[in-house]
Amino acid sequence: MHELSLIASVFDVLEEKAREHGATRVTAVVLKVGVMAGVVPDLLESAFDIYKKGTLAQTARLEIVVVPTKLRCPDCGGEAVREDGDFSCAGCGSRKVEIVEGRELVVERIELET
Amino acid sequence: MTKKTISVARELLASNRQAASAIRAELRARGILCVNLLSSPGSGKTTLLEALADRFRDRFRMAVIEGDIETERDAERIRAKGVPAWQITTGGACHLEARMIGKVLGDVPEAIDLLFIENVGNLVCPASYDLGEDLRLVLLSSPEGDDKPAKYPQAFLSADALVLTKADLLPYLPFDPARAAAEALSIKPGLKVFTVSALRGDGVDGLAGYLVEALERLRSGRA
Repeated sequence: MHELSLIASVFDVLEEKAREHGATRVTAVVLKVGVMAGVVPDLLESAFDIYKKGTLAQTARLEIVVVPTKLRCPDCGGEAVREDGDFSCAGCGSRKVEIVEGRELVVERIELET
Repeated sequence: MTKKTISVARELLASNRQAASAIRAELRARGILCVNLLSSPGSGKTTLLEALADRFRDRFRMAVIEGDIETERDAERIRAKGVPAWQITTGGACHLEARMIGKVLGDVPEAIDLLFIENVGNLVCPASYDLGEDLRLVLLSSPEGDDKPAKYPQAFLSADALVLTKADLLPYLPFDPARAAAEALSIKPGLKVFTVSALRGDGVDGLAGYLVEALERLRSGRA
């Protein structure tokens, strides 16, 4: 439930990039959000809609790309997406897996008008 | 009017991670073991710290940073044990962030062995925020139920040790410590598991020993 403070950080990035590129409007923001990032995409969208009023991103569309959990197995070298909450290697069953994707909270790209 | 697509690839938690790394480096240089306690509200974090304060008394010097949404109550309980404590009231925020710890760090006395951070009671959000700790303990109390690890995997994944608290209530509850431990271990192999009753003192020595070993490891690595 810290979606609003995360969106505040998104707007720090937007303001910086808008200034850098002399933008008059931000028209779209693409966020990558891992399923293990501990945030709820719907709440990010609500927070974005609250926050954008009166900013350069007033009419911007928020696109959220949800990143599933991907595990890498140091035992067999396998890499696989697991969507069932099971933290074991799909190939050999080892539990010594590393999470390589699924924790992202990234401003991937933005669309501007200059 | 020109439309442009800008590739940004900026991590939102990058600034927290940088602040956490600075804290970790400073505390390690000072030879202080930092421990972040994470759990639901009412699972026994403060009571566990009180029990540890009794165990460490006259042997190791501890200090506590308390995180709560409101009130100084937890810090007052810790101070009553003769342990320095600072209360961070977040005023609504659901977790502590590294820069909040950074602001308190200057007040932490030089001559301290263990610095505990009691996070805001919440098994979800604090898991995403590195505070610069060396060890993260996740607490799970018997009244909460033994099915919680799979429901809150991130908290257990990010922890170094699991402390099953309120063991004194086990005779009255359907909580199975072996089941809770097995589920947590299936999420995070290698997790250390301790079962304690902070009220009665059962199991507190084992946890205290684990923390002292970690402190010694930290100091021997600090040539």
